[in-house]
Amino acid sequence: MNYSRSKGFGMTLFIVLLLTPIYWLLNMSFKTNQEILGGLTLWPQNFTLANYAVIFSDSSWYSGYINSMIYVSMNMTITLLVALPAAYAFSRYKFVGDKHLFFWLLSNRMAPPAVFLLPFFQLYSSVGLFDTHIAVALAHCLFNVPLAVWILEGFMSGVPREYDEMAYIDGYSFPKFFVKIFLPMIRSGIGVAAFFAFMFSWVELLLARTLTSVDAQPIGAIMTRTVGASGIDWGVLAAAGVLTIIPGVLVVWFVRNHIAKGFALGRV
Amino acid sequence: MNKVPNNRAWWLVLPVFILVAFSALIPLMTVVNYSVQDIFGPGNAYYVGTEWFREVLADERLRESLLRQFLFSGAVLAIQIPLGIGVALMMPKSGIKASLCLILLAIPLLIPWNVVGTIWQIFGRGDIGLFGWGLNALGLDYNYTGDTVDAWLTVLLMDVWHWTPLVALLCYSGLRAIPEAFYQAAEIDRASKWAVFRYIQLPRLKSVLVIAVLLRFMDSFMIYTEPFVLTGGGPGSSTTFLSQTLTTMAIGQFDIGRAAAFSLIYFLIVLLVSWVFFTAITHLDKEK
Repeated sequence: MNYSRSKGFGMTLFIVLLLTPIYWLLNMSFKTNQEILGGLTLWPQNFTLANYAVIFSDSSWYSGYINSMIYVSMNMTITLLVALPAAYAFSRYKFVGDKHLFFWLLSNRMAPPAVFLLPFFQLYSSVGLFDTHIAVALAHCLFNVPLAVWILEGFMSGVPREYDEMAYIDGYSFPKFFVKIFLPMIRSGIGVAAFFAFMFSWVELLLARTLTSVDAQPIGAIMTRTVGASGIDWGVLAAAGVLTIIPGVLVVWFVRNHIAKGFALGRV
Repeated sequence: MNKVPNNRAWWLVLPVFILVAFSALIPLMTVVNYSVQDIFGPGNAYYVGTEWFREVLADERLRESLLRQFLFSGAVLAIQIPLGIGVALMMPKSGIKASLCLILLAIPLLIPWNVVGTIWQIFGRGDIGLFGWGLNALGLDYNYTGDTVDAWLTVLLMDVWHWTPLVALLCYSGLRAIPEAFYQAAEIDRASKWAVFRYIQLPRLKSVLVIAVLLRFMDSFMIYTEPFVLTGGGPGSSTTFLSQTLTTMAIGQFDIGRAAAFSLIYFLIVLLVSWVFFTAITHLDKEK
């Protein structure tokens, strides 16, 4: 089947529709508030970077991005460290309660965060972790770890057992085999799992907002302050929004060839 | 793959077990504990048995929000799954165009959920948003903050915009896994396009579609941030979904016992539906 014209047209149309709301946000972020409220303009008439200057010159603004980055990277590290051995166990061995454990893990991915809101708040307060980055990172493990185990298990099952056995015959110890031979073989899977950990930790706000107050506040919570006494500061709000989109676009570039397989949880 | 029975594998799973036990089991037990007590303050709680559960099940407001939630999740699945398949079929098969499409499609998925709400809040406004302004210019009376139907359509449209790419990406990866020989055979048989889709592509998409339906059901059933930012649950309570009702009850009104009982029922519904899908997935895995 050749790639036909009508398909290309349909695809272009869908992509354009998909990007229009984002363009509108970008467009607004370069306008002054007078222009935004003054009338509808399809592109900035008086191009300005003032909205971005507000964010980059005020530490209470840009620290939100830093906080989000910190807990997202912590979450990615923890997730991968615990999920790799577990996924290996699930893909290679049968053990008592393995199926139940696997479903129990997944059930946490299904748990609505709203259910855990209050207990989380109390749990982290009682162990003195409230308003720290690690608290948010740990809370996000609730849904990221099960997902990472699921994805990695899919990728690992694609590597034949014979590799493991060959390595033992060649005299490799288990840790040496795991790090030197096995991990490089599933590196695309690791990339995809890391990408998903990044994605779901980056986009989540409900838990992140509840578990922080000042020191570890995510950018999403700081954005609400654009609502002032004099109404909403649309320009700054749009600029802050645009800045939250950029990290995701950068990250997706690195996993573009594996992203589809990752979304299928390594199961295609 | 043949798995070797080995109970020492538990050691490899132990870190995950401890971590998830800390971040899921303890909180869940706390919720169970709250759900059977009436709490007036620290050290001042009474055991009330299943009273909260009975009250929650009889609560009109919760029933309404549950019904709304099912309607919303149903609508989400009914629109996004066919649309996602359609988009996946339209995507280029390889080369730079395919990579570009993949990246552009993934963008909405990587936007923080509150920003998704903000984008549509702006985009849909009649005075400063292209979408709202455009509809008004066409002579339609559109106002998502005032009109129930408009609010619903906007929330639905936002979710379609946000998550259809996920379904499309899943189906795309499913389509790529079909060997070229299948299409060649179909060409020799002079199979129509519809026949190719119905008898070659659709059966092969089954396993990714189950995952897509599962993910979309779970996530649409927990939706909170996007409609909260967009409509705040209004007008009235017409777009207040389960998570928002629960959050208002637990944090806003601090009605802990009732909120805990409600949480457990909520969780059980999600778990039940997801279990059905999960069984289907493992079943399909075995068939391969």
